[in-house]
Amino acid sequence: MNTQQQTGIMNQAPATRHWSLSIDVDALASLHLDVDGSSTNVLSAEVLGEFEQLLEYIETQTVNGLMIVSDKSSGFIAGADIKEFTRIQNEQEALQLIQRGQTLFDRLEALSIPTISVINGFCVGGGLELALACDYRIALDQPKTRIGLPEVKLGIHPGFGGSMRLNRLIGAVSAMSLMLTGRTVDARQAKRLGIIDYAVPDRQLSSAASAMLKTSPKPRRASFLKALQSNTLLRPMLSWLFRRQVAKQASPNQYPAPYALIDVWQLYAGSERAMLDAEARSAAKLIITDTSKNLVRVFMLQERLKSLGKQRDSSLNAVNHVHVVGAGTMGGDIASWSALRNLSVTLQDREAKFIAPSIKRASKLFNRKFKPARLAHAAMDRLHPDLQGIGIKQADVIIEAIVENAEIKQDLFKSLESQCKPDAILATNTSSIPLETLNQVLQQPERLVGIHFFNPVARMQLVEIVSAANTSPQVVSAAAAFVRQIDRLPLPVKSAPGFLINRILMPYLLEAVELLSEGVPAEVIDQTATDFGMPMGPIRLADTVGLDICLSVANILADQLNMQVPVILKQKVDDNHLGKKSGQGFYDYQPSRFKLKQTQKSMEHPPEDVEDRLILRMLNECIACLREEVIEDADLLDAGMVFATGFAPFTGGPMHYLHNRGRDSVMQRLTELESRYGERFHPDPGWTQRLV
Amino acid sequence: MKKSQSNSMQGRPVYVVDGNRSPYLKATKPEKAFKASDLAVKIGIPLLARQAFNGEDLDEVILGCVMPYVDEANIARIVALRLGCGHQVPAWTVQRNCGSGMQALDCAARNIAAGRADLILAGGVESMSYAPILYSTEMAGWLSDLTRARTITDKLRCAGRFRPGYLKPVIGLICGLTDPVVGLSMGSTAEVLAHKFNISRDAMDAYAVQSHQRLAVAHDEGRLSEIETIYDNNGQYYDHDQGVRRDSSVEHLARLKPVFDRPFGQVTAGNSSQVTDGAALLILASEDAVKRYQLEILGEIVDCEWAANDPSEMGLGPVHASALLLQRHNLNLSQIDYWELNEAFAAQVLACCSAFADTHYCQQHLGLASALGNLDQHRLNVDGGAISVGHPVGSSGARIVLHLLHVLQQHQAQTGIATQCIGGGQGGAMLLKRS
Repeated sequence: MNTQQQTGIMNQAPATRHWSLSIDVDALASLHLDVDGSSTNVLSAEVLGEFEQLLEYIETQTVNGLMIVSDKSSGFIAGADIKEFTRIQNEQEALQLIQRGQTLFDRLEALSIPTISVINGFCVGGGLELALACDYRIALDQPKTRIGLPEVKLGIHPGFGGSMRLNRLIGAVSAMSLMLTGRTVDARQAKRLGIIDYAVPDRQLSSAASAMLKTSPKPRRASFLKALQSNTLLRPMLSWLFRRQVAKQASPNQYPAPYALIDVWQLYAGSERAMLDAEARSAAKLIITDTSKNLVRVFMLQERLKSLGKQRDSSLNAVNHVHVVGAGTMGGDIASWSALRNLSVTLQDREAKFIAPSIKRASKLFNRKFKPARLAHAAMDRLHPDLQGIGIKQADVIIEAIVENAEIKQDLFKSLESQCKPDAILATNTSSIPLETLNQVLQQPERLVGIHFFNPVARMQLVEIVSAANTSPQVVSAAAAFVRQIDRLPLPVKSAPGFLINRILMPYLLEAVELLSEGVPAEVIDQTATDFGMPMGPIRLADTVGLDICLSVANILADQLNMQVPVILKQKVDDNHLGKKSGQGFYDYQPSRFKLKQTQKSMEHPPEDVEDRLILRMLNECIACLREEVIEDADLLDAGMVFATGFAPFTGGPMHYLHNRGRDSVMQRLTELESRYGERFHPDPGWTQRLV
Repeated sequence: MKKSQSNSMQGRPVYVVDGNRSPYLKATKPEKAFKASDLAVKIGIPLLARQAFNGEDLDEVILGCVMPYVDEANIARIVALRLGCGHQVPAWTVQRNCGSGMQALDCAARNIAAGRADLILAGGVESMSYAPILYSTEMAGWLSDLTRARTITDKLRCAGRFRPGYLKPVIGLICGLTDPVVGLSMGSTAEVLAHKFNISRDAMDAYAVQSHQRLAVAHDEGRLSEIETIYDNNGQYYDHDQGVRRDSSVEHLARLKPVFDRPFGQVTAGNSSQVTDGAALLILASEDAVKRYQLEILGEIVDCEWAANDPSEMGLGPVHASALLLQRHNLNLSQIDYWELNEAFAAQVLACCSAFADTHYCQQHLGLASALGNLDQHRLNVDGGAISVGHPVGSSGARIVLHLLHVLQQHQAQTGIATQCIGGGQGGAMLLKRS
């Protein structure tokens, strides 16, 4: 190594905006990353460029070790700068970018001194790829530490050497499972898997890093048995298993990234160099696919929803206490989710017997989400059954989730308004009663806002923030901030029948039931929808939600939106076949005593228009919602549908799908379907207003 | 005159402003039961939530508990933290066997009277379901040797010394309810009293039936408003005392076999208090705190007295403590409107009544000139007691004080004494007033 005395060049560290270099008395160098103008560290081209300069400088210095540290309290490095992805024009450009990063990380790995990454929070994607290029990694033993390579969620796979290095470090089975699912793990799991050397508490993070550099033990590698997993003879069989696992989640034409990753590994895992090259080429191909672009779009939309919850009015304080009235499924689950997210919660109902089941569900949720058990107990201590309504006067947010009856709700809100704090948010979780009907009984009608959750609350990220014409904008933004506080995604919508999500879903569900009554088997309908990319078919969805609930929402919407409710749905409800919960709906859920192999019902020649009948009715309703300004713009609509219904994310959302398929051709198809099936396919007037 | 252990409460008045308790639940398998800290937290949260102040405004938290579970050392501090009292509210735990709950109230009252505190959360909590089951000392010694053995030979030699008898468990609950000095179980001390005061099995069983009937009526008439509904993690909720037997009768109880002095004794499971889990919490306040937070006063703690007597006659403790208390305040039995005398055993309550009325006993043991007199049964344990409600040992003292305040309120009465016997031969008595 050149020393500065010998060469006389590079005796000054390069000036950098995002990084700072310090060298301590033991000649251990620390590179601190604190990306300027960003709350999280991301590896933008500029950040990587500076890193390159600094590495070059460090190569010339006499130092005994290098630690890479984040100066952001939020975490280590979140990965590549996703905004830069959208600017990539072609595969060639993508490949150059990736190879540049790869070369840089190779250079980090090639340093002759020991190197360590000090992971103080999330360390994902490119962040972990950087850490993997170090000799050692230690991580803060805290729940906020999340480690993983979730690139597949953006339609790509690691390209900066991550897939090669993770395979080398922990063996193919664990490594591929992490990368193919995009799952992240906490510090202890990462230690168990062998991704990091130690999980340590905050008080030892820096001393442990120095100690590792000073003692510089042999860097970890996968054990002999784990290394064997990448053996040439075993790879074809393991690849087959990996593909079979992935196929359960995603189809290759919709989500090519995981399949591409398996291909790279299967063909090139024999040589580190070959795998690095293959990984870069494959990632470059993926980054310009529609799927990746659309998934990046979905990611950006998610960021937009998150920003809607940023508190604009600083006079409003963070919420400490939530009071929920009505301990049914929704009320109980809203309460337990709020307690899970660190809020103090009171859950009110008329009798203890209505509250008890919610406490049981909460306990299950907490035990699932929290380890060690101590944290689950703490969450339980934050959730207080409240028969007397003691919580009303202390609450910062009051959410009503009682029976869908306007008069009873009005009485409740009158009484709540007279007891609650003057600045408390008064909210209703109603899905069918107009906000205007409820707020008219209040002294201050502008106070009431809709905070509409979806079932199951713990899984559905999206929450509609419903406002009437006279709702105060401050209340709307405070409600959105609350929704962010409990880690859900707020979507502002106008108070109109069904709001946004249920309204768009309803024609899709009704068309599915219509198809069913025409004799198309439920399995065929559901298969068509899942082939399109929906997470669950419409018939199974209706059964899961409950046919009685579907019918009551359908009836409300049918009146107001001029829809026809199929007779067969009413019949099912009359026969008390309510879906999953009653054991019988459109499907049979009775556990049969003799496990007969269910015969897959199929059709020789299913009608060619099943998919369009399902999807186009949905799109038509989307246009109607945009025309009526239920939602601000098409992007928000897409975000809502993806995060509330799981609408095929690889399409980028319904409006984006429509855009790509072509407005005119979709409209023409609608007209065609109208001539075949009648008025319900009549294109909404919005089609001609160029809303898309 | 008998020696008084403590001076009368001197200083500022002490008020009870609120309180609640859990339903008393029959002891069961630990995995189906609440831990003591869980019980206290589940009732403490709504109790604090309905106050005009926050948990952080308390000056301290004092709890009585006889047998906290192994991970509940200084249970009061655990409860205070879980109740959201913050890091800065000190908390400590007291243990005086069955007197623990009342001891906590006495400590709190004295600190307020002395001006050391203005607002204290105090009470008693016990989960007898969680009473530990232990290895014997022989087993513990063997395990210690085994861990110290270094070489394989040492380990094998040690292993060879193992005897199956080491595995016999030590039941913490039974040990806890046995006086190690006189070697009598608590039930046997009740047998001693039954013999001494010639109390018949019929009288005991009749008293037990009355306890169940009174509790059932109080429950039906909604006079147990101090009970807070609690919920477990399995979808169950609890809103009433589980021990009450509405169908209890003397004939039925007569069929039960004695459990302590077998086979000829008279104290049965039916005429003893029940092994239960429960918690009771009270908020004690100075006049300053009452004014500052505009608190409603439930009653006043005027004084508290502790006395000790022969451990084999521990059930007479209430007589000793009450006599001192009455004398210091120049009160006679007829001036006390209502009594709560903890029903450890029917024989023990009846023995106390006999002792109060017994000239010889009062002269010889209490140094009085004559008998104290008859306790009016219509003013004693009017809503039942530990025989029907249950007796989570560390909690009962706080429960009877809280309930007596409710009784005084319901009957528009002024003066009451809550008193209890304490394993080891002690008694505690607390004088309460309403204005």
